[in-house]
Amino acid sequence: MTATQPPGAHLPDHPDFLWRNPEPKKSYDVVIVGGGGHGLATAHYLAKNHGITNVAVLEKGWLAGGNMARNTTLIRSNYLWDESAKIYEHALKLWEGLEDDLDYPILFSQRGVLNLAHSLQDVRDSVRRVEANKLNGIDAEWVGPDEVKKLCPLVNISSDIRYPVMGATYQPRAGIAKHDYVAWGFARRADEAGIDIIQNCEVTGFVTDGNKVTGVRTSRGDIAAGQVALCAAGHTSTLTDMLGIRTPVQSHPLQALVSELLEPVHPTIVMSNAIHVYVSQAHKGELVMGAGVDSYNGYGQRGAFHIIERQMAAAVELFPVFARAHLLRTWGGIVDVCPDASPIVGRTPYDNVYLNCGWGTGGFKATPGLGWCLADTIANDEPHEFIAPFSLDRFVTGALVDEHGAAAVAH
Amino acid sequence: MQLIECPWCGSREETEFHYGGEAHVVYPDDPASLNDEQWAHYVFFRANPKGLFAERWNHSAGCRRWFNAVRDTATYRFHSVYRLDEQKPTIS
Repeated sequence: MTATQPPGAHLPDHPDFLWRNPEPKKSYDVVIVGGGGHGLATAHYLAKNHGITNVAVLEKGWLAGGNMARNTTLIRSNYLWDESAKIYEHALKLWEGLEDDLDYPILFSQRGVLNLAHSLQDVRDSVRRVEANKLNGIDAEWVGPDEVKKLCPLVNISSDIRYPVMGATYQPRAGIAKHDYVAWGFARRADEAGIDIIQNCEVTGFVTDGNKVTGVRTSRGDIAAGQVALCAAGHTSTLTDMLGIRTPVQSHPLQALVSELLEPVHPTIVMSNAIHVYVSQAHKGELVMGAGVDSYNGYGQRGAFHIIERQMAAAVELFPVFARAHLLRTWGGIVDVCPDASPIVGRTPYDNVYLNCGWGTGGFKATPGLGWCLADTIANDEPHEFIAPFSLDRFVTGALVDEHGAAAVAH
Repeated sequence: MQLIECPWCGSREETEFHYGGEAHVVYPDDPASLNDEQWAHYVFFRANPKGLFAERWNHSAGCRRWFNAVRDTATYRFHSVYRLDEQKPTIS
């Protein structure tokens, strides 16, 4: 980009229609409920890796209009536990080749992530996570305050602020992507393979026969299904309630906001676990900021102002120059959170229904990895090794994947 | 931010309160008789409806007492607040 171009001039043109809008057929081998990133990625890999194309993706609103359309687009794999590291690193490797795979620009930008430490315990936990990451073949290093300042000059490393920066973990391969283009790229590829993406099609019930679901009732009629995958993120409970399946997820609003467009000032992603703010700068120039989830259950796709106030106070202390930035807009997505801050993926009490929920604040970064593994699971009717640890029955067996430490936002 | 009606203190700002999740989750009568699945459901599994939800709140920056509320999780509107020793109200 040259200095004479306006911000955003290097972005691709707005696309033409990238997928058909077919009428739903009477029956499909696989019905995926939820046309967000996870549903679309699963559809893509079903076709690409397994040749399964008699598939419908049902979306109650418009394609990728929920959390996929309004998230903070961070991609990283610096999770503590082996189980999480495997699925998120698998996803990150796929992100690195996704533009070629989809033959579509997704503006994946590996600008690195700093996870700040503000106390001695933060430092110890962070160094421990760095070592765990290295053992799992994930790029990670511990950097001191001066190196933080080199990587992101805007960060206030003064020792006299309320939460001084004592260092950070750094994952250079972390990055951001253009979320809309990711969804559109997956949708286009799935559509090309013959998969039907059906929008404005709300699931209103299920047709069951013993331990099987034989069909899905929708606002556009009944659709028979050989296998069903639930990929409805924050709204999964509304589906599982219809099936009589209990899940331990709770849906919460998660808010984020963007500033006006600024010159490139923020070269990396900066996250702070302790004070609940994370910041990156979008391709066009907006500062994108996220916070922790609101405490109460909610499906209203909006949150409380005091969460934003707390988040902004933290951001301005860490980045004093932000005090001059104007807020452009805020939004709230609905995230489904598990007691152990890890997703639930895998079998349900119904033989042919697969569950994919509970990603909390980590869903976007997992998109291709989850899609790959869930497609494999559906094709082989056996949980892929990377998602096997995230089964629903871990709450009974006690084999939890307690990942609050690397989730990096308040759960 | 919204106002929440504490049964003892009256309307106060949301920031004075702490959320406590689903209400009316009763400790098992005979804990020793529960199997792993039943324990898991008692410990981890909670209702998560889109709509009316009976839940617990604590007026943590006020009288510090717990109370129950029926709130709509889609609109966030509080339909009723009531004391822990009171029955869940019927809301049509």
